[in-house]
Amino acid sequence: MIIDINFVGLIIASIMASAVPLILASCGELITERSGVLNLGVEGMMIIGAISGFALMTVTGSLIVAVFGAMLAGVLISTIFAFLTQTLITNHVATGLALTIFGIGISAMIGKNFVGIPGKEFPVLFESLKDTIPLISPILFGHSIVFYFAFALPFITSYFLKKTKIGLIVRAVGDSPESASNQGINVRLVRYACILYGGAMSGLAGAYLSMIYTPQWIENMTGGRGWIALALVVFSTWNPIKILIGAMIFGGLTIIQFHMQAIGVRIPVQFLTALPYIVTIIVLVVISRDSRKIRLSTPSSLGKSFHKDN
Amino acid sequence: MHKFLIRSFVSSLVLLFTLTVAAVAKDVKAAFVYIGPTGDHGWTYQHDVGRKAVEAAGFKTTYVEGVPESADAERVLRQLANSGHDVIFTTSFGYMNPTNKVAKEFPNVKFEHATGYKREHPNVSTYAARFYEGRTILGTIAGTMTKSNVIGYVASFPIPEVIRGINSFTLAAQKVNPNIKTKIVWAFTWYDPGKEAEAAKALIDQGADVIAQHTDSTAIVQMAEKAGVYAFGQASDMDKFAPKAVLTSVENNWGPYYVDRVKAVANGTWNQKDTWHGIGDGMVVISDLDSQMPADLRSKVKKLQADLASGKVHSFTGPIYDQKGNLMVAEGKTADDGMLAGMMTYVKGVEGDIPK
Repeated sequence: MIIDINFVGLIIASIMASAVPLILASCGELITERSGVLNLGVEGMMIIGAISGFALMTVTGSLIVAVFGAMLAGVLISTIFAFLTQTLITNHVATGLALTIFGIGISAMIGKNFVGIPGKEFPVLFESLKDTIPLISPILFGHSIVFYFAFALPFITSYFLKKTKIGLIVRAVGDSPESASNQGINVRLVRYACILYGGAMSGLAGAYLSMIYTPQWIENMTGGRGWIALALVVFSTWNPIKILIGAMIFGGLTIIQFHMQAIGVRIPVQFLTALPYIVTIIVLVVISRDSRKIRLSTPSSLGKSFHKDN
Repeated sequence: MHKFLIRSFVSSLVLLFTLTVAAVAKDVKAAFVYIGPTGDHGWTYQHDVGRKAVEAAGFKTTYVEGVPESADAERVLRQLANSGHDVIFTTSFGYMNPTNKVAKEFPNVKFEHATGYKREHPNVSTYAARFYEGRTILGTIAGTMTKSNVIGYVASFPIPEVIRGINSFTLAAQKVNPNIKTKIVWAFTWYDPGKEAEAAKALIDQGADVIAQHTDSTAIVQMAEKAGVYAFGQASDMDKFAPKAVLTSVENNWGPYYVDRVKAVANGTWNQKDTWHGIGDGMVVISDLDSQMPADLRSKVKKLQADLASGKVHSFTGPIYDQKGNLMVAEGKTADDGMLAGMMTYVKGVEGDIPK
């Protein structure tokens, strides 16, 4: 087997394409978690985005309407979560799990009429430049706008959290809602906004799957990617740039494994399926050995309900 | 007198009506158990097309979709048998043991299990299609159409059905083009569009310019369309999902068999049997041949199709060697059904090992 440089470029491009939904959903969830809210409903919001995007594309014929509609659907379903956890102060974990189960069920119900319909072609950018530079071109050119957005998102998120005032407020709310509240910050409002933003990004991740990655609607088509996105946030220790790296590793596992098979190397598939979670656990073990690191990276009030009165 | 005539006329009408109803409507109800959603546009979709044919023939049907091949299957089967169904079609290999187990508990209900081989009780029949005949046709087309001489094959699980398909495909492709290599990627799923697309992409990146599949979704033909290579539809005509890529599809046509069997239950002529039908009996159908294929290839394929149907050509005609060069089928002989049913070795020319 001769390793052709273009071939390496193609593999990297495939890995990046498979990482897109993970990056989008993780970056959204990261903002939610940074504000102190643990939303385990990523998988549910993602699948709602997937069916909404596909259905709107089929019904209206407009890709723009479909993409924004999917994000809006993610926002709407996360509003339920926000209302329950922030206004009615329910438990984050239980509510998030319920959201996932709800999302999977309702998407299957809406999706009944959209199975077996071919999707529309999603336009790609810089198609003509695809064969210009070996290795680099297939990685950089010929992808959808969502792809480019996904790879910019971790940097935007990082800048937002570190350099902007609103980013600082989000972190303050996540680390100490009491102090933030005493400073006159409306903790509930900030958390609402962060949850809704997370919903929008999960919705977009779902739309990417049903409209761009495999343009069709199929029940349960997110296939656990929402859970991997959640694991990824922990893996990254709440650092958006590390999400980028983690998503490439997690997304790349299947693709590398298929390539190895085609070359003739065998690795047990079950092991590879479990690997993202194993890696996450290892990362958790490593970071939790150092209490200073935990304090620095974990939003201190993560998953804890905030009652304004106490 | 007048009154009497009318009354006797009416009562004879009523009697006639009752008799007719009694004759027709030993209301046979058929149930279908599906592994996937009816909208997969592949395996389950085709079974559901068959179910609709049964409905059209005037019988009542029920179906349960997305039933896992586990204890859940048993529960579903028991429920269906309990709720007055006379014949139950279980349409996936993994339902084999649950079907036989529940059949023992309900001796008056007929069970029809697709693609299995266990008929432990007199009320269990099995049926399958000789898909490998379709794959002989796909192999012939792939071997002719490839320019890179690398043909990709996305496989699901290492079971005889799939291995047989790979072998049949490769033998046919080698016959028209001795230089081809079949690269196989095991996706370990019947149905996961994301994974299937990634598997197809890996094969395309490694130089395959024709992709065959033994998984059920349309993701692979769509990926082929995007990458500008050829592909074949699986289970149903997938042409509309990838008009440029799909050269033809092998369609599963269960309708005639289902109608036949349900009618047999209604007439009381149902008996246990093992059915294995191919192109000749119309259980395996080849979709329209794409016009991108040269005319001489199309006529060659048509002839091959006719010969497979008539039995003049057999997909596994010797000499056939395995990967190590051992003779599997001697010259002039054809593989018997026993060998085909248990086929777990690759023929010469297939790359790699069968995963454990």
